Amino acid sequence: MKVGVVTFPGTLDDRDAARAATHAGTTAVSLWHNDADLKGVDAVILPGGFSYGDYLRCGAISRFAPVMEKIIDAANGGMPLLGICNGFQVLCEAHLLPGALTRNHELHFLCRDQKLEITNNQTAWTSSYKVGQEIVIPLKNGEGSFQCDDATLAALEGEGRIVARYVGENPNGSRNKIAGITNERGNVVGLMPHPEHAIDPLTGPTADGLAFFTSVLNAMVK
Amino acid sequence: MAKIVVDVMLKPEILDPQGVAVSAALPRLGFTFAKSVRQGKRFEIEIDGEPTPAQLAEVEKAAEKLLANPVIETFTVRVEK
Repeated sequence: MKVGVVTFPGTLDDRDAARAATHAGTTAVSLWHNDADLKGVDAVILPGGFSYGDYLRCGAISRFAPVMEKIIDAANGGMPLLGICNGFQVLCEAHLLPGALTRNHELHFLCRDQKLEITNNQTAWTSSYKVGQEIVIPLKNGEGSFQCDDATLAALEGEGRIVARYVGENPNGSRNKIAGITNERGNVVGLMPHPEHAIDPLTGPTADGLAFFTSVLNAMVK
Repeated sequence: MAKIVVDVMLKPEILDPQGVAVSAALPRLGFTFAKSVRQGKRFEIEIDGEPTPAQLAEVEKAAEKLLANPVIETFTVRVEK
């Protein structure tokens, strides 16, 4: 199974995302923002970083990159798509996911190991977790506060589309402590913390993040 | 030559931590007039000649698609003499 990892100018975490995909037993394929070609991949990861320098709004320019047109079409056709951190911001800007990510409520850039609760294991990216499972993975962002209107929030809650929540103190002011959400179909997931940095205790706080990448393998094999 | 100005503001219900920080800094400097502060963005777009209604409609479209994120922001378009 081939998992594409997109590199935009300013992307930081493409190598770790590719390493995580490889670690999980899939084949990582590099995708370049300026190529309108998905190279036959079965799933795509939009990694973290500061694509296009976060100019205008985080993810606002990347959303119109040539590769995104193909990714949006493929995701609408059911292809698994995971956006991590900046990738989550791109997914919101592309309207593949509702809401938006805004400046952390206390304005600080956060970088720490964060405890999350997995609240939906029916998505392409979370099927290897148990509902209620607590995991610890790094959180590092300046604009990670998930915001949306009341009707959208009620829909996300009512339809079980919140994939993960922060445990303990709300780190960034996200509504209902939302750390990650999915679309109606469950193939597109946006997550603010970084599972790709926690796939191996040698290089991360835990290996708790690896199951995101094994989940998508299971989803494709099924 | 005319200048088209697009002002973008966060919707009132969206928390604006930058505005809050500015609002907190003002009284520390002795400025006590502000009840609250909201921070936004301003785009200045230069065009040749006077803008036609069709051009202004295009700017509206661009503002909706790129300059502002309608999920969290509102915008206004005006011509500055």
